[in-house]
Amino acid sequence: MSPAVDSAPLRLVPPPVRLRHEDLRAEVRAFLAEERAAGAFTPRCDAWLSGWDEDFARKLGARGWLGMTIPPEYGGQGRSALERYVVTEELLAAGAPVAAPWIADRQTAPGLLRYGTEAQRQRILPGIARGEWYVGLGLSEPDAGSDLASVRTRARPVDGGWRLTGTKVWTSGAHRANGLVVLVRTGESEEDRHRGLTQFIVELPNDGVEIRPIPILTGEHHFNEMVFDEAFVPEDMVLGEVGNGWEQVTAELAFERSGPERFLSTFALLVALVRRLQELGDGVGPVGHARLGGLLARVWTLRQLSIAVASALAAGEAPAVAAALVKDVGTRFEAEVAEAARLLVEVEPDVESSAELPRLLAEAVLHAPGFTLRGGTNEVLRGIVARGLGVR
Amino acid sequence: MSQESSEHLEALREVARAIFSDHATAEAVDAAAAGPGWSPELWARLDEAGLTRLSLPESRGGGGGELADAAEVLRIAGEFAAPVPLAETALVGGWLFAAAGWPLPDGPITAASGALDLEPDGEAWRVAGRLARVPWAGVAEQVAVLVPGADGDRVVCLGADAVKVTAGRNLAGEPRDDLTVEATVPADRVAAAEGSWAAELALRAALGRTLLIAGAAERALAATTRFVGEREQFGRAIARFQAVQQQLAELAGEVAAITGAAEAATQVVAEDGVTSSAGRFAVAAAKTQASAAAAALARIAHQLHGAIGFTWEHTLRHTTTRLWAWRDEDGNEHAWGRELAARALEQDADSLWALLTATS
Repeated sequence: MSPAVDSAPLRLVPPPVRLRHEDLRAEVRAFLAEERAAGAFTPRCDAWLSGWDEDFARKLGARGWLGMTIPPEYGGQGRSALERYVVTEELLAAGAPVAAPWIADRQTAPGLLRYGTEAQRQRILPGIARGEWYVGLGLSEPDAGSDLASVRTRARPVDGGWRLTGTKVWTSGAHRANGLVVLVRTGESEEDRHRGLTQFIVELPNDGVEIRPIPILTGEHHFNEMVFDEAFVPEDMVLGEVGNGWEQVTAELAFERSGPERFLSTFALLVALVRRLQELGDGVGPVGHARLGGLLARVWTLRQLSIAVASALAAGEAPAVAAALVKDVGTRFEAEVAEAARLLVEVEPDVESSAELPRLLAEAVLHAPGFTLRGGTNEVLRGIVARGLGVR
Repeated sequence: MSQESSEHLEALREVARAIFSDHATAEAVDAAAAGPGWSPELWARLDEAGLTRLSLPESRGGGGGELADAAEVLRIAGEFAAPVPLAETALVGGWLFAAAGWPLPDGPITAASGALDLEPDGEAWRVAGRLARVPWAGVAEQVAVLVPGADGDRVVCLGADAVKVTAGRNLAGEPRDDLTVEATVPADRVAAAEGSWAAELALRAALGRTLLIAGAAERALAATTRFVGEREQFGRAIARFQAVQQQLAELAGEVAAITGAAEAATQVVAEDGVTSSAGRFAVAAAKTQASAAAAALARIAHQLHGAIGFTWEHTLRHTTTRLWAWRDEDGNEHAWGRELAARALEQDADSLWALLTATS
């Protein structure tokens, strides 16, 4: 029995691209080296979640490394998406504290450029480019995680705007943000839950918004619950069209899913591991070297895939399957680095350690559950892949 | 990639696919394994179409074209489990022949690296020794052997008359023959080798094997996707079950990793050269990735095919036996992984990221 599979196989990933921009890369590296030497930051795992540093954000903004793809008339650099990619991968690989400007730069700026009014762009984009305007995303709710379309936070129209009521959870940085972008139900649709959703920009502080911490298992405060109680949002802070929220959010997700933060969260640990293996010298042995090599092959490969996806996105394509695959494989790799490290060098994780390896290992192990949950659980992403393969 | 070059590759793919579809059928693959180990018919069709010596200089009897062209055809050969020594002729043996300054013979060739005794004997050389598991050696008209030497490496060209073949097969039934050599070889069949050729030979073999694995990986995914969409149990296609969808997606992830790495490595090698700093790292990374992922590919493909995929009757075995064989040929994931580790460990740990960006 021979299945007739003679037609060309499905192309899963866009073709490879070799990034140039070596001058830009060198500039970012020089800056990072100076900052490290000056003690301005220490490399961390998961720094794009936990490394909140507003001074650092402003330094990036001052160098034109935030809002890079925002047009100059809004305070940006008018540079290409791939140039932005080069900068972000350098920052992430260095474990630099980029949490504060990260989400605004990654998806709110593109969202405003795509759907925002002129007034909204003038009001918000310059601050994003300067590294001074930080955002929190109001998406998940207690009863709406993977099933985002089932959100129940409502907005009712009032004179001059809307009043929002409901609860959002898992909003990173909300307690320090200048504004929120919130997905809210504005319409009634029995047949299609995806209709009747709207995005709002909620500037903070807002009398009707109470923000409470949701500490993670380490006790760290990055995430928040936001309770909206008739919170007023003026009409001119609707983002895009009323009722178009689902399509707008889905477009943002494409930017969120496939970037280098999906496999570089534990790169600082990999560097520390290499350093320790060098110290151990012959004590490591061939199997240990082989294990390290496996990690290196994987990270090299993931970078190729991620760049290929970024290039396709920059060309206006929508490689949803490839992006989902990169995130699935990449986030599992991030946890694998920690497992390899603890076995190769017999180190115990210790959050308090002044030595880099025990501390970075602790950060990686304790944060690992989040890698495969955030930005779409890996199970949901595999469903997207299955759909792309035509079996769902 | 330019419009022109992607159109060219698309045309090449179509020609190659048509030949493999017609002549690398399941029956042909089985007939080769049960018989001579290869399909002369398939070889002749590929040869006619100029697909057996791509990337080799025309001035030496090669087919011209670029490495990217040879890579495309190899990948498709892997997909079709094609029983012909394509990697050995174009990428590996053919390269060594051309490097040694010899015209390419007609017909399939292969190459090996190994310690043979070379003694000058007047105008000739006496050659003696054994070489184990040389791919397609019994099928090849000529074998080029890179022989290491304290006074410099050499390349020896051995014809069928100079070797005694002890037939061997890999898990997929492809010839992996032991050669016993005890012959006198004319001086013009022994050439001095440059110091870099041993490494280049190993890298080319690894790249070729990676491309074959990439094609087999794509076949594993296509066949499994098709099967789960057709096989019904509990009143529906088994593709409807989340357990199946999740595993299929995991399979796709490994296929994406292998094909992405293979394509990226091919591009780096084509632009920078096989033995360049970037080329060496890229090939090592791609072969490590390909060998490491083969286990999951074969496991998931078999699991989702159920019992029928485990039979002789079904052709899944053409793909999975190759994955199991090829992952251990030309350096497995530990051998090439150690190369990557050595690169990382020989420089400052803080330069690890720079190493990754410089080698792609």
